[in-house]
Amino acid sequence: MKNDIKFVQGNEACVEAALYAGLDFFAGYPITPSTEIAEHMAVRLPQIGGKFLQMEDEIASLCAIIGASLTGNKVMTATSGPGFSLMQEALGYAIMAEIPCVIVNVQRGGPSTGLPTHASQGDINQARWGTHGDHGIIALTASSHQDLFDITIEAFNLAETYRTPVLLMLDEIIGHMRERLFVPKPGKIPLVSRLKTSVKQGVDYHPYLPREDGRLPMSDFGGVHRYNVTGLFHDMWGFPTDNPQIVHGLLRHLLDKINNNVHLIAKYKEYFLEDATTILVSYGSSARSALHLVKNRRNRGERLGLLELQTLWPFPYGIIREKCAHARHVIVVEMNMGQIVREVKIAVEDPEKVFLANRIDGGFITPTDIRNIIRLIQGKGV
Amino acid sequence: MAIKDYLRERFFPHMWCPGCGHGTVLNGMLRAIENLALEKNDIVMVSGIGCSARITGYVDFHTLHTIHGRALAFATGVKMSRPDLNLIVPMGDGDALAIGGNHFIHAARRNIDITAIIMNNRIYGMTGGQFSPLTGYGKMATTAPYANIDHAFDTVSLAISAGATFVARTTTYHVKQLTDIIQKAIQHKGFSVVEVLTQCPTYFGRKNKEGGAVEMLENYKNSTTPVGSQAGQVNPDLIERGIFVEKQMPEYCSEYSKIIQKAVKRK
Repeated sequence: MKNDIKFVQGNEACVEAALYAGLDFFAGYPITPSTEIAEHMAVRLPQIGGKFLQMEDEIASLCAIIGASLTGNKVMTATSGPGFSLMQEALGYAIMAEIPCVIVNVQRGGPSTGLPTHASQGDINQARWGTHGDHGIIALTASSHQDLFDITIEAFNLAETYRTPVLLMLDEIIGHMRERLFVPKPGKIPLVSRLKTSVKQGVDYHPYLPREDGRLPMSDFGGVHRYNVTGLFHDMWGFPTDNPQIVHGLLRHLLDKINNNVHLIAKYKEYFLEDATTILVSYGSSARSALHLVKNRRNRGERLGLLELQTLWPFPYGIIREKCAHARHVIVVEMNMGQIVREVKIAVEDPEKVFLANRIDGGFITPTDIRNIIRLIQGKGV
Repeated sequence: MAIKDYLRERFFPHMWCPGCGHGTVLNGMLRAIENLALEKNDIVMVSGIGCSARITGYVDFHTLHTIHGRALAFATGVKMSRPDLNLIVPMGDGDALAIGGNHFIHAARRNIDITAIIMNNRIYGMTGGQFSPLTGYGKMATTAPYANIDHAFDTVSLAISAGATFVARTTTYHVKQLTDIIQKAIQHKGFSVVEVLTQCPTYFGRKNKEGGAVEMLENYKNSTTPVGSQAGQVNPDLIERGIFVEKQMPEYCSEYSKIIQKAVKRK
């Protein structure tokens, strides 16, 4: 294999990673700034015998990949804000029916059609609460193409491990920016494949009876076990029920399988946290500016550090509390009106030390922007 | 195989009202499958939401009960990843043609090998009798208390215009024809649409003073005529039933397998 270093857009890095992870099936609908993912999938997937489908809308795209996942495929769709809004109902279905799938949202400015070609991180709370009803969700993000490669593979691994949709919350800058990507040799990064049932043909298979470890071995549609899948509350056969005990048990299972495993799911990166008096908490493209500033001010002796979140949901409250315990100021850098800062305030013991450094005009939040906000917080003036 | 071998008796009794036509459609579907001697493991039945959609729970196939209107989109994903499986999608009239109208026309346009069965009872039954896109002008419904001013789709014309390559209509009165048409629809390679007029005595019948199930079935007998019959030409108010379109066109999954061959060569 030739030395696999590429100079690509983030959207293309996401495609490369999905193929590395074993993607079989992609369905999508064109929408800026995620379209390049569909375009590259249309070229690459049939080359390896995979399937690419352009559907009539984003609703159909998510529905189609859920159907494909049930036959044993690794599946993905990609979209941006308006399409992500359309997907919320089918997202809830995938959560309820426990269908592994990966949904990419290359965020644009919102609400509504908003700013299609500009950067924003305004869909973070939608990722958590967009679909109706109580539910657990996994949402990941990344700030560089190399990280995006790893995180995309992680998204597929988590989707299979927890039998759940996993959201990949990128932003326009990451999606469209070009930078170096090194594609590791196949096998270098561990992959999680579908956990299949060992129940033999002719023996009663219970598709929705979790094992002791909470995992649900699957049987492919078209295989030897025939069962029902529904978005209604269902019993161990997948048949609809409103029995309160079963309803309670299933909802707890859907929440617990994610919330009880935050320590296994949560990924983050830390820079200069040991002695930092001011800690920046950031994620996605805004973490790049934050890191630039931290390195810059470190050179001048300022005790600044960065905690970069790669897992946004389930929110790693414990990690935030521990890492920020000794900081005088915790400043959350994000391109929205403060969606993660709320969680950070809940996480720390003293929420009054938590501030927001944001930008919401479609422009990229620069190191200077962050620096100015820090000076204001420190009472130094800009 | 006996009909009951296709059923999940564990989940009976079913939830349909006395006199509902959906059980007759289920019967016709299972007899068609029995006649074709299809393996249960080779059938995937996908449905959306509504009374009709509950069919999937009762049959011993791979069954996917999804969200309102989207059954064909889910089915498209299953079929594309496993073209060897038989996809049957029973839908209600509101499910298929209101909330699911977009998915319906696009599945037809692609000519993907799926059998769509539209169980047309002209009403939203599960929610208690609201008008659907097939209720028709002047009819009564809980959301049309002063009579409906929405005009109905002609399902057959819509399916033909959208590109379906097998289009048929029958009723729950014509049970032999129902089985025969569904059988042909399943055998057809491409997107097949079967509209079945099925009675809802509980809501449509009661609201529109059409009587009970027996009177409604009798009405299907009297108000329909075979496609191209002389009676139909004399009396255009009669609803035609039978096969309207049956033609061979390139099927979507087969076309995609050619794309794969092209792409692999150019790699």
